Amino acid sequence: MATLSAAEIDDISARYPEVFAGSQRKRRTGWLVGLGIASYLVFAWWFFAVGSVLAGGNWGIAGIYLADWVSYEIRPTVEFRGDRLDVTYARFSTYQADRQPDWVTLEPAGAPPPGVEGVAERAVIGIGRDNSLDITPRLVTVVRGNETLVIDIVPDERVTARGALPQWAEQKTPGEKLIVSFGFAGRAEIEADEVKIRHRFFGWENFVFDGNSPFWGKSAGEVLSLLLSGPRLKPEMSNAALAWDNIWNNSEWQHGDVWTKLLQTIVMAFVGTVFASALAFPLAFVAARNITPNRFANQLFKRFFDFLRSVDMLIWALFFTRAFGPGPLAGISAIFFTDTGTFGKLYSEALENIDDKQREGIRSVGAAPSLVQRYGVVPQVLPVFLSQSLYFWESNTRSATIIGAVGAGGIGLKLWEAMRTNSDWENVAYMVLLILIVVFVFDNISNVLRRRLIGRTVID
Amino acid sequence: MSVTLSDTGLAVERHWQELASRRRLYTIGGVLFMIVAMSASLWFANESNAGKFWDRLPHVFDFIDQLMPRDGWEVWRALFDLPSPYADGSLKYDYPEGRVYLTSTLYVPEYIYKMLETINIALVSTLVGFALGFCLCFLAASNLVTQRWLRFFVRRFMEILRAFPEIVIAGFFLAVLSIGPIPAILAVSIHTVGALGKMFFEVVENADMKPDEGLRAAGANWPERVWFGIVPQVMPNFLSYGLLRLEINVRASTIIGAVGGGGIGEVLRLSISRTHEAKTLAIILLLLLTIIGVDQLSAWLRKKLVGEQAFAFGRGD
Repeated sequence: MATLSAAEIDDISARYPEVFAGSQRKRRTGWLVGLGIASYLVFAWWFFAVGSVLAGGNWGIAGIYLADWVSYEIRPTVEFRGDRLDVTYARFSTYQADRQPDWVTLEPAGAPPPGVEGVAERAVIGIGRDNSLDITPRLVTVVRGNETLVIDIVPDERVTARGALPQWAEQKTPGEKLIVSFGFAGRAEIEADEVKIRHRFFGWENFVFDGNSPFWGKSAGEVLSLLLSGPRLKPEMSNAALAWDNIWNNSEWQHGDVWTKLLQTIVMAFVGTVFASALAFPLAFVAARNITPNRFANQLFKRFFDFLRSVDMLIWALFFTRAFGPGPLAGISAIFFTDTGTFGKLYSEALENIDDKQREGIRSVGAAPSLVQRYGVVPQVLPVFLSQSLYFWESNTRSATIIGAVGAGGIGLKLWEAMRTNSDWENVAYMVLLILIVVFVFDNISNVLRRRLIGRTVID
Repeated sequence: MSVTLSDTGLAVERHWQELASRRRLYTIGGVLFMIVAMSASLWFANESNAGKFWDRLPHVFDFIDQLMPRDGWEVWRALFDLPSPYADGSLKYDYPEGRVYLTSTLYVPEYIYKMLETINIALVSTLVGFALGFCLCFLAASNLVTQRWLRFFVRRFMEILRAFPEIVIAGFFLAVLSIGPIPAILAVSIHTVGALGKMFFEVVENADMKPDEGLRAAGANWPERVWFGIVPQVMPNFLSYGLLRLEINVRASTIIGAVGGGGIGEVLRLSISRTHEAKTLAIILLLLLTIIGVDQLSAWLRKKLVGEQAFAFGRGD
């Protein structure tokens, strides 16, 4: 095997400069393109003021929003009332003064004597296994793991900690609000007139039954035995019907509404895709220049498809939302119009690529023009058509979610509303999960069907 | 002239008849299923819509009628922010209000500025998505990575990025960063990483492995093998897919804009809901021209890059 020494290599590259200079020039182009992109990104950074927007972002709250996806908070407020305490919750909370969670222990237990303000003299609130707050009107004892912080309260005046504050406690002004943090499990704001506690739990609260349901707070076994053999909780309906009604109309999760909206989105994608395929099918035959030998008709229909496609799905969606009112009809129409254009283009391209021999064969035996199309053309293109439609069916399910948010109905709008309130991120997570499942299932169905139609090699 | 069939012939005929009748059964079943599913779907859609189809149909034409401009110049006035003779102090004809002045006299008309914003959103997110998808795709290709777990992890990661609804990412960052184009950029970029990553690794898996073999024989390490053996082959396809993505992203960023991401989508939504016909038409015209322009440019570039196969579009959304 011949080998070249370094000197020979240099000699050869000197002898044929055009061969090696070419790659030099190419390399320079690479650098120039890189430089161009870099300077464009710098421009974009300035144009969108990325730095200041990112710096101005409320990143602290981003963590809470993310935590809200998979967890929830219960927020008791302990108010000081003279020598006694009140433990209250937000107005629509599951828990109320007469229904305390089991991690809130009140002493003395039981209903307060008549005429006395405040439910108890002392409240012990456990935050997780190792932390607790022992609250009396004059003294709050915070236990976090093996550390203890004792805080003196002068009602309506001062909050003073005994000793130095540990790392997990914070007091901006002496005598004012003192904040203790328990990490993920929660935090407490101790003020001179009340203690606000936020206790965070992993999971979705009241996912099955909400606080108003008679089944609330019961274990799965108890619910099951009630369903099967228990006495009727409501005389007018069976327990199973009541349970179903309670789940379907769960006020926090709105399962019924969410599932109906999800079905709307699915219907939007399905009907829109089917209609678009059905209309594009005949039109594509007119647009294909080898099927209809009329250049004017070809061009007319092709430009028509381009128009439908280029007027974006968003414009169609907004347009039909104005016309039909918000709801799936607008979404169906938007998908139908956009995809008629898309399918028309795809189908006519497929038609233009067919093998002409089969058509010739059918024509040579004297078949009528319609039969030539039916037996010479359709069998070749139908699998491709169906495969493309199936592909878009799946991707339209995703599009339908997005155009839903601009008013075309379906889960998109519901999702958008849930996000706008900034407090229902767990509902957002629920809906996202449902959408992901639907897209995943449809993706697989469409893949399986496409594989059966055209074999695994053609279009993926 | 019928011939009596032999036993074999009869068996063949019987078999053929069975096949034909099964086929017919499938066809009829499929058609019936489609009819039932379609009617149920249509009924459900009509039932849950705010307006019913037949009630609202005349209003569709009313709306189209309303959209007709008063005179041929109104759309152009709206597009180039020229004062309108119909100006009545309301927002409907206040075109000069939205001008973005570059110098004291030179201005960019409002909608063209917004359109540029949307194009920039699409361009930046395509670049970011391209870069990250490029980095990820080699880790997902079975001909380059032997560790199954790594491939599995990277592929699932990209799938999640792709399937996660863009609007949720946008909504989340809108809550954190307040209204503006950056949530849109983030949302579209994240989706692009997943979508491009998937197409890229499929291209990489179809690459010719001989250059790689040669490099391996010469003792090249993994990054060198990828950079000198694979990248030169796949780059034209990558760029072609990137351009395809750019087309999709222009549309996507318009839509995200309409739900609060800024840009042309937002002004379009506002002008439709406020029944500013001339403005609406101007924006639709601008959007149409832009989308056609971007599509044509990208188709031309793709044809230069990879030849005839450049015409595949709309895939890998």
